[in-house]
Amino acid sequence: MSSLVQSVDWLAIAPPTITAVVGLVVLVADLFVDERRRALLGWVSIAGLAAATLLLLPLSDGDRATFCLTGDPRLCSYTVDRFTLVIQLLVLLGALLAALLSVTALKDARKGVPEGEFWFLLLSSAAGAALLPASRDLATLVVALEVASLPAFALVGIRHGDRKSSEAALKFFLSSVTATAVTLMGISFVYASTGTLYLLRIADRIQHVDGQLHTLAQAGVVLTLVGFAFKTAAVPFHFWVPDTYVGAPLPVAAYLSVVGKAVGFSGLILVTVVALPSYSDAWGPALAALAALTMTVGNVGALRQQATRAYSAVRLLAWSSVGQAGYLLVPIAAAAYSRDAQKSIGSTVAYALMYGAVNLGAFAVAALVGRARTLNRITDYRGLYASHPLAALLLAFFLLCLAGLPPGIIGLFAKVTVFSAAVDAGLGWLAVVMAVNVVIALFYYLQWTALLFRAPEGEPEKQRVPAPLTAAIALTAVLGIALSGAPQLVLRFSATALF
Amino acid sequence: MIDISESVMQFLLAFIVVVPLIGALAALLPAPPGLKGKSPEQAVLRHGVTITGAVLVAAVVLALGFDHDHPSKMQATTDISWIPALDVRIHLGIDGISLPLLVLTALLTFLCALYSYFKLPAGPSPKGFVALLLVLESGTLATFAVLDLLLFFLAFEMVLIPMYFLIARWGGEGRTRAAWRFILFTLLGSVVMLLGLLLIGLKAGTFDMVALATDNGRSLTTSVQVIAVLAIGVGLAVKTPMWPLHSWLPDAHTAAPTVGSVLLAGVLLKMGTYGFVRILLPVAPEGFHTFAPYLAAFAVVGIIYGSLACLALAKRGAKGDLKRLIAYSSVGHMGFVLLGIATTTPTGVNGALFANIAHGLITGLLFFLVGALKDRTGTTDLDTLSEETGAALYGKAPRLGGLLAFAAVASLGLPGLAGFWGEMLAMFGAFKPAADLSRPAFLTFMAIAAFGTLLTAAYMLVVVRRVCMGAVPQKAPSLADVQTYELAAWTPLVVLTVVAGLWPRALLGLTDPAVQQLLAGGTR
Repeated sequence: MSSLVQSVDWLAIAPPTITAVVGLVVLVADLFVDERRRALLGWVSIAGLAAATLLLLPLSDGDRATFCLTGDPRLCSYTVDRFTLVIQLLVLLGALLAALLSVTALKDARKGVPEGEFWFLLLSSAAGAALLPASRDLATLVVALEVASLPAFALVGIRHGDRKSSEAALKFFLSSVTATAVTLMGISFVYASTGTLYLLRIADRIQHVDGQLHTLAQAGVVLTLVGFAFKTAAVPFHFWVPDTYVGAPLPVAAYLSVVGKAVGFSGLILVTVVALPSYSDAWGPALAALAALTMTVGNVGALRQQATRAYSAVRLLAWSSVGQAGYLLVPIAAAAYSRDAQKSIGSTVAYALMYGAVNLGAFAVAALVGRARTLNRITDYRGLYASHPLAALLLAFFLLCLAGLPPGIIGLFAKVTVFSAAVDAGLGWLAVVMAVNVVIALFYYLQWTALLFRAPEGEPEKQRVPAPLTAAIALTAVLGIALSGAPQLVLRFSATALF
Repeated sequence: MIDISESVMQFLLAFIVVVPLIGALAALLPAPPGLKGKSPEQAVLRHGVTITGAVLVAAVVLALGFDHDHPSKMQATTDISWIPALDVRIHLGIDGISLPLLVLTALLTFLCALYSYFKLPAGPSPKGFVALLLVLESGTLATFAVLDLLLFFLAFEMVLIPMYFLIARWGGEGRTRAAWRFILFTLLGSVVMLLGLLLIGLKAGTFDMVALATDNGRSLTTSVQVIAVLAIGVGLAVKTPMWPLHSWLPDAHTAAPTVGSVLLAGVLLKMGTYGFVRILLPVAPEGFHTFAPYLAAFAVVGIIYGSLACLALAKRGAKGDLKRLIAYSSVGHMGFVLLGIATTTPTGVNGALFANIAHGLITGLLFFLVGALKDRTGTTDLDTLSEETGAALYGKAPRLGGLLAFAAVASLGLPGLAGFWGEMLAMFGAFKPAADLSRPAFLTFMAIAAFGTLLTAAYMLVVVRRVCMGAVPQKAPSLADVQTYELAAWTPLVVLTVVAGLWPRALLGLTDPAVQQLLAGGTR
């Protein structure tokens, strides 16, 4: 009977497993650790995430697969290839940075947030997000999506007695559950028409679907995409973003803006490019329209933010992240039209890596400013250069990276790869829409940047920056600057095969 | 002229692009012991003079070491891979077209730094000022030195942020709005330009300007060329600026500090016209020929429009601002440059490149002079300055008045000074444009442009009359005449204006072979 037992490659599944195990350890330890030592939990979680990240190193030497069908070893549920590794790196580093921000935030909240639960939820969500890019069947994919999302709802609403926080969580939860339900229905349609859940086998069989089932398969394809589009915060599934980001603790918003998006677009890539390449005429135009809509709505929304409104800085980052999601979708849509779909996908991955580093950097500086000025309005950033010159310079750098202007060289070249993916695929109109959007985005990013260097109102207040926050800002800054000097580090993904 | 080994030349070219950047970073740091100077302000301004001076010396040595017998050959070339994924290479090199612009940039920036050392610009700390000035210099020098489309774009964009802050932080009245208009207009143009550059790069399979020029558009279909030229042309035309995309320029010039105006007019505008010559002419010749008549038409409209706007501003009671007037005159002068390029003949393009340099020298000088006038009288408003009879600068400050009259006369294109040759050659080119362009149309353009020179002469003379002449009232407040540091900053410009006017061969000998080769396509 041994042939029915699947062999497990423990090293391959180590990164998500370690994250999950450390999450459980922290949850249990929370019961026994004494009140004053609670900060220890945070550091254990950070160490766990760092260990999981380091375990990606031994995996980089070649492709691995595990949980394979004993009958057909080509069909596996869990595959470690370059795509998986890169997305896992993005997810785990993103979670690590969010955790660094959280240490300070939890300390400042002074028992307003239950620490053990917080770390458990963050780590579980990260484990789910790390599992997702490796999954190669629809069931694992949905499980990973849910493991990544469910803790996120609780994280958004974790602040005790905060009405706004609970309201945001409820909004997030209801809309997300609807999207997941729709996805599940789509998956069941796809399963009904092909009789398999393995992505590779779907790709084979869906080409020979019975004529009667053709409509069912097509409907299944579109419905499946909905859930992932929701996670990516693509328009029209974006309306939860601004309120959720404002209601959630800032590190959680930072986490969602990067890891949440990574979950969404990697799922989209797996479903479209790996499972359904033959249906590219169905999802290609849909994604192209989605991308155009998403970036336009996101950027116009960001443009309309009033600088004096409460939490306007976080709102602006939220809307701008919707706009950035639009750029991320462009190469996926282009993959439907281009001869080399993998190259297009690489542009999304490269862009996501850039976006992850600099967006977390911007959130880190926002967390720093938010400590002294809890309303976190954009006007609170006026004269930041006078009080924290280095933080102001770095925020300016991050914003210019997001805008794609020198000295943010990596931002510029990441946009160039996205543009070239669109132009290469013959999606000239999408490139033009994106160009218009880039200009709109430049407007609000630059306005914010210019504000940093204005003369401050009143005396600049100096305050000590806590070590974890410094570490987060420094880490993102080093990443951003190193990438600007050597853009090839991430851009190489746009020139090689990932799967 | 002098023999310098190729590796030293390579080093010098890389040096002048990189050193200003390093200098900009260093300017933000506290001065090291031993270089503290009298005060932190003085130390950082001196740092600026040192760096720009070193760059100028390097540029001059580069010009001396340049092989003047083969100006069409790319020299001092460096070619290393930077981003293989996008096929972006750090490819630097100079030929007869870029060398004069490189030297002009280094010279003007040095003079600006020198001028600021003695005449601190009003505004926040000079630390940021010097750092921005140096970033600006690096960006412009890189624009003229790189030979890769994407690097060109990068350098083209690099100047935006520093110029924005120079206007928005050290500028005069209405600076915030002017800075916004400047950056939004140019950004809109450059994003469109990026699409055009990508289209060329992806369709031709390389971003290397030399390879693309050698290919001379053979691997690009006509439709690709047309779209690319339209997209890139719009981006470059905003920067140049071509009528009707010029409307950011007058505001930006009026609000910018003196040094900002000098660099904006003297160097930044040249990046646009340089792009036309370096990229569009050789890389997409068919597409360019399609648009050449339209470009020429817009150019002559710009000439007439700029002159009429200046005439209106120079009128008594029009509340015309001198800086605004010079800005509009720039629109006219750049019109000549564009007309020359649009003829796509060696004569026209050579004229355009000559007019480019001449405009940089003369308008740079004009903005310096007007800035000095503003420092002394507190205004650049023509009506306030000239009151009833005229500002009588000849009487109050004879040397300043003389220099202003000299610059104005040079600007209107007096034979014997730099302004003459470029515009004459551009019109000469229009007299006999490239074979496939409509000659009657270009003859009309030439006639209109010639009429434009008359208008230019008219408003320049009106300005001279109103500012320099007039009766000196008895109790007139005395104006300080030209100071030593001002003389030091302005003399090189005056001398070069005269030299270029009397000895045009020095410049044309450099540009002509390179232009011939660009138009013929590839290596001759």
